[in-house]
Amino acid sequence: MLSIKNLQAKIEDKQILNGINLEIKPGEVHAIMGPNGSGKSTLASVLAGREEYEVTAGQVDFLGKNLLEMAPEERAREGVFLAFQYPVEIPGVSTINFMKTAMNQIRVHRGQQPLDAVSFLKVMKEKMKLVEIDQSLLNRSLNEGFSGGEKKRNEIFQMAMLEPKLSILDETDSGLDIDALRIVANGVNKLRNKANAVIVVTHYQRLLDYIVPDFVHVLYKGKIVKSGTKELALELEAKGYDWIKDELALA
Amino acid sequence: MDVTVNERNISSEVGQLIEKTLAVEQSFPDLRKEAYLTFQRLGLPANKAEEYKDTPIARTLQKNFNFQSASVKGKIDPTQFFIPLVEANVIVFINGFFSKEHSTIISPESEISILPLKEAVKGNNPLVLKHLGKYADFKSDALTAWNTAAWTDGVFLHIKKNQTVEKPVVIYYIQDGSDQEGLSINRNLIVSETNSKCTIIEKSDSVGKQNHFSNTVTEGVVNENAELNFYFIQNDSGNRYQYNLTQFYQSNYSRVNTFTFTLNGKLIRNNLQLSLDGEGIESHMFGLYLLDNDTLADNHTVVDHKKANSFSNELYKGIMDGSSKGVFNGKIYVRPNAQKTNAFQANRNILLTDKATVNTKPQLEIWADDVKCSHGCTTGQLDEEAMFYLQTRGISKETARAMVLYAFAGEILDNVAHAELKTYLDQLVSERLHKNF
Repeated sequence: MLSIKNLQAKIEDKQILNGINLEIKPGEVHAIMGPNGSGKSTLASVLAGREEYEVTAGQVDFLGKNLLEMAPEERAREGVFLAFQYPVEIPGVSTINFMKTAMNQIRVHRGQQPLDAVSFLKVMKEKMKLVEIDQSLLNRSLNEGFSGGEKKRNEIFQMAMLEPKLSILDETDSGLDIDALRIVANGVNKLRNKANAVIVVTHYQRLLDYIVPDFVHVLYKGKIVKSGTKELALELEAKGYDWIKDELALA
Repeated sequence: MDVTVNERNISSEVGQLIEKTLAVEQSFPDLRKEAYLTFQRLGLPANKAEEYKDTPIARTLQKNFNFQSASVKGKIDPTQFFIPLVEANVIVFINGFFSKEHSTIISPESEISILPLKEAVKGNNPLVLKHLGKYADFKSDALTAWNTAAWTDGVFLHIKKNQTVEKPVVIYYIQDGSDQEGLSINRNLIVSETNSKCTIIEKSDSVGKQNHFSNTVTEGVVNENAELNFYFIQNDSGNRYQYNLTQFYQSNYSRVNTFTFTLNGKLIRNNLQLSLDGEGIESHMFGLYLLDNDTLADNHTVVDHKKANSFSNELYKGIMDGSSKGVFNGKIYVRPNAQKTNAFQANRNILLTDKATVNTKPQLEIWADDVKCSHGCTTGQLDEEAMFYLQTRGISKETARAMVLYAFAGEILDNVAHAELKTYLDQLVSERLHKNF
């Protein structure tokens, strides 16, 4: 589904990604872990198409298409979804109107009829249950005045609505208490199926207790320095990132 | 040195124009004379004049106007500019002349009397004699002095005691610049009696490639517990230059809500002044300017809290595209007696291009000590983070931009109480911002 080869990227004059290689197949969950500043969020941003980052080398192939050539909205329409670490507050735009616009632009891109108000609301009600989000929240301006947990739940609600093929969760666990974490993780798990894939970017192991990864990769100084299964995450939790740094220093 | 000499020229040219008007206009001879003398003393504001430093009106008039030919009645069909679906009393001025054939009054005389100002003067209307020239301050502003000395037509609105005027009054100022340069000087007087309620809309429109200038002064008094809702819709051609002064004097428990929508035109200078001379008064001033090309829109507002326990709130928002220029100056005075005043002001701007500019200046002068006052201004670019967020949900860049801008403007539209008018304004704003969602 996603094939990343030797991906290098910088922001302003700072090189952040130094040659990432990663293969993701449908149905898989990959966790990207690493210490602060290792490039985790940059990788998520580059995949979603954030313009501030300049890709200096490498390729990213998504379902047979060159992802890097696409505008952010094209990537979304092709099936990439980024759940933001810090979801943006947009006063004056209600989540409902925004989602209806997004869904219908995606549907048109896929050659489907746009949904009318009634059908849209029906879909919305189903998805709301899935992520345990209240409609009063969705009537309000997008993320404005939402708590940290509400914002993250809104991200997963949007993911449920747009049914992406590849979801990238950027530090979705940050700022969540354990109950909110469980609700968010449950939502993600319910959305998993054989046809879609998830990248979980996280600093801590605790989210991975709920969203269990098939593979764990450790990012350090802009490179994947170690890959393994879910046990690697537990090992990192026990030993800390210094263990990886020391290992690299020795090598 | 040259500049000064030139300015004197334009001021004396205008002075000659005023003299011509004085020779034919019979009404208010003393007031007109005094205003003319004031105009002569002040002259049009020089480039360094504090109140006009961002809007060089003397230089602009000199550069773009001859003021040689007398204004003529236009042949234009004004109905094309009428606000659809809003059932209203309609007053039409074309090139400054009151157009009886296009004006319609539907409200009963028991609610409101609507008279061409000249007619009211001719009939020695005691309210006109009492109030005209009492509120619009011509002593400190040459353009208002010009208007006071040389107005030709206008309208007098008398909103009756204890009456809610069901249908709004729409005043259209239409300029036809197809054949020749235009100049219009209109003067209005509004008297809102105790416990009355009324909505008034001033809309300016224009056509034609020749430059046209309008100087419109509306003054009025809003008596105890009366409510006045006042809208300006400025959506002209790129050859319209306009100066407007609107000044209201408010009594106890009165409410004035103003909305200024500026979408097009060459140069727009709006002076809006509220005197809160009573207790329990509530005043709201909203403004939305969506500028493009080389439009210059300058909003100067004054809220003068003269007595205790009143409330004022002001919110002006602007989006500047092209090489347009926005100016906002908001003065709040809280006089020594005006304890327990609540006065709030905010001005927010978005600049869409490197060439667009905005100058914003809040000016608070507070002499009372037990008050709540705040002001804030922000100027920024389009929120890139918000744009990116929307795009990552599959929304095109154009739509995302329209969404962010429409949401920004929506905060003003939300406050429009009249449903059909709101629909109309929403449509104007949506078209302007290329809303496609």
